[in-house]
Amino acid sequence: MADLKTNTAGILSPNPFWLASAPPTNTGDQIMRAFDAGWGGAVWKTLGQPIVNTWSRYGALDINGVKIMGLNNIELITDRPLEVNLREITEVKKRYPNHAVIVSLMVEANREAWHTIVKQAEDAGADGLELNFGCPHGMSERGMGAAVGQVPEYTQQITEWVKEVAKTPVLVKLTPNIADIRYAARAAKQGGGDGVSLINTINSIIGLDFDTLAPRPTVNGWGSHGGYCGPAVKPIALNMISQIGTDDETLGLPISGIGGVSSWQDAVEFIALGSTSVQVCTLVMHYGFRVIEDLCDGLSNYLDERNMTLDELRGVALPRIHHWKELDLNYVVNASINQEECIGCGLCYTACEDGAHQAIHSERRADGRTFVEVMPDACVGCNLCSLVCPVDNCITMIQIPTDYAPCSWEQHSAGTGTLAPRPQDKLYAQLATAKKEEAPAT
Amino acid sequence: MSDKSSGVSANFADYKPLFDRNAALVEANRCLNCYDAPCIRACPTSINVPGFIKKIASDNMRGSARLILEANILGASCARVCPTQELCEGACVLHDLHEEPISIGRLQRYATDQVVLGGKGAALFTQGPTNGKKVALVGAGPASLGCAAELAQLGYEAVCFEKADQPGGLNSFGIADYKMDYETALAEIAWVKQLGVDIRCNTEVGRDIAIDAMLADYDAVFLGIGLDGVGPIGIPGEELDGVRDCLEFIAELKTQPKDDVSLVGKSVAVLGGGNTAIDAVTQAARLGAKHVYLVYRRTQAAMGAYKHEQELARKDGGIFVMEAQPVAVLGTSGKVSGLKCTRTRVTDAGFEYIAGSEFVLEVDVVLRATGQSKLVEFLGRFDGLKLDSKGRVEADENGRTSVEKIWTGGDCVSGGKEVVNAVAEGKRAAHSIHEYLQGAR
Repeated sequence: MADLKTNTAGILSPNPFWLASAPPTNTGDQIMRAFDAGWGGAVWKTLGQPIVNTWSRYGALDINGVKIMGLNNIELITDRPLEVNLREITEVKKRYPNHAVIVSLMVEANREAWHTIVKQAEDAGADGLELNFGCPHGMSERGMGAAVGQVPEYTQQITEWVKEVAKTPVLVKLTPNIADIRYAARAAKQGGGDGVSLINTINSIIGLDFDTLAPRPTVNGWGSHGGYCGPAVKPIALNMISQIGTDDETLGLPISGIGGVSSWQDAVEFIALGSTSVQVCTLVMHYGFRVIEDLCDGLSNYLDERNMTLDELRGVALPRIHHWKELDLNYVVNASINQEECIGCGLCYTACEDGAHQAIHSERRADGRTFVEVMPDACVGCNLCSLVCPVDNCITMIQIPTDYAPCSWEQHSAGTGTLAPRPQDKLYAQLATAKKEEAPAT
Repeated sequence: MSDKSSGVSANFADYKPLFDRNAALVEANRCLNCYDAPCIRACPTSINVPGFIKKIASDNMRGSARLILEANILGASCARVCPTQELCEGACVLHDLHEEPISIGRLQRYATDQVVLGGKGAALFTQGPTNGKKVALVGAGPASLGCAAELAQLGYEAVCFEKADQPGGLNSFGIADYKMDYETALAEIAWVKQLGVDIRCNTEVGRDIAIDAMLADYDAVFLGIGLDGVGPIGIPGEELDGVRDCLEFIAELKTQPKDDVSLVGKSVAVLGGGNTAIDAVTQAARLGAKHVYLVYRRTQAAMGAYKHEQELARKDGGIFVMEAQPVAVLGTSGKVSGLKCTRTRVTDAGFEYIAGSEFVLEVDVVLRATGQSKLVEFLGRFDGLKLDSKGRVEADENGRTSVEKIWTGGDCVSGGKEVVNAVAEGKRAAHSIHEYLQGAR
């Protein structure tokens, strides 16, 4: 069993899996049950001035019969009295001294208010603080949450206020509802933040009720944009995390990764792109705390199979992230269909023909089966057929050796590289010849 | 829609039960949506199977039902009674992945029941603007209904003459009850009638309506008469009480309360090796019979019944007595008490009897499922109508017969196939009639 102990900007936890600040961390009872189930840490549902919630709060995006590929919510921060939350934080820490309890905070943009809440949280026993500059709905209308995270100067200012008094590590939770995440991360670092956590939820209207055409979740016939999360947002989170991990100004800034983590594989991706801890919410809202068992077990087995430590995994994929202009334009791949495995569904054909580059030939054979084959002269190696194929290892992308040295767009446009011929070159050549023949003799 | 109150009737629960919405969505989303899908080609009515399944997946239930029913007006029946294992589901590419094929029949039922057995909103199909022409259809079974529904939508006055007191033919009276009950079949026909199909029951052509008058009064005639009953096989004792035509037995159990036709405590021998015989074995077993024997003169490999139905009959406790030829029905006091058989042996020429191998099955009921007769005498009353050597009506692929104004389809042409084949043939004939009458205009 691989060692999963994690140190996120000074916050220690028995494994990298934390519950994100959200309904699963609303009460001490929930968090203790989560720790019993095996969770390494929990970010307490955001403390602040108590609020009042609507009744109808969550809406889901189901895709092709699969439930909750995306989830949005219009729930605000904690609606429980501050004293109750603080008392429960103390209780949890007393009973679970080795688990990480991070307390999420959000108050008005006032230095004294921030100082007060930081001290209250730390006095209660918090191992670390998370500044909620990300919540995109409701609280942002009151000048908090994403309203702070969207302005780097505010982010830096409030982080500075917090760091004036904080004794525990401070993570700044970033909103993805911005044009470039790097500015927000730089501001968090410049303000003295010990790390960042991201992504918070994305502004969203999850859908409409088809009878009334009211937005979901519907509140007495009306709706409001909510915060979007769940499996469908993972790619957005992975990109933003990799941007911070590859930015010269924030290189090495500890990251607690968040965004649609639904399996140990997702966690491997978050960690390989630079996250230290990984926060989870929607998966637990769907299936409960028990999911932690396979998250830990799967991650541990993955590491053991590769004789790798968690520290060795962290950030290992970052050197492979490059600008498009640096990619090798002479790396040739073609689709290859294994006829032994093919079941004749024809999905590769129709996807390539209508949706890509018309490089698959299809015919109905005498036995009634659909036969497909790749036309090497036409295949641009786009991968689409292999993505739609329902059979494992039926369509593979194979590298075609060329006599050309690697050549990037950068090199090509600087005149320092030579491009290998492209599939479409032949076609253009044929068209040019045809045109010449058609042209009247002069 | 059947009487489920008694003990034996519980044995007739749906073979392909209705999906609930979530189960239907999971199954619909499992469909790969193949290009040039083999399931479509395997369907005699060429239903766009992936098309209707993906409409289920998108909750477009009206569209899904329309796609099915415009290809096959009896789509709700066929969802239940089609041997899908042999047709669409048998062709599913998922077999090659060693996965269960998509449950196309059950999805089709899910889509069509919602319309055919009580839909909401505007009618999916309507009678076309009348073109002043009328077509008579003899019989109101699947072939005639398939033809008449198409004709009505094209603007014809379509009149079905049915000698029975209820329409539907074998679809109403001959389908194994666990596949589809009588009430459901009639409810579907009531829906078909809304298209403007006129069905006149208790009306026998040749008796209540003169054939000549019909041919004179109508612009075209469609013969969808099916087949006759299963006649005696010519052994002693067939007159005894308890020897029956298997189809009569099935019709009786479908139309009467199950307790009234219960076979509890009785033993039954079914003669034959086709799908009707298998249906009879299964249903006799479910009616509580003590022993049900299937007596067939060849080996099991030669049986015409579908493998999956043979399996079902075995699971229901049917005892397969293979390579046995009935030679006499035995009786006491006018009632059946046994079936005397002799062993047979398959030879190059067919099979032969084994001398001295006689044995007796102690049974109370003997059901003949040895093949329906053709209505040769009735067909002979249509001047110039050609039949083949087996008594089947000769017709081209569009159902045109040797008589100019007469088309045909269904079992009287094929000799006995599935409901879906009959509907397909009726529909093709309707278009052929339409082409002919348009040209004649």
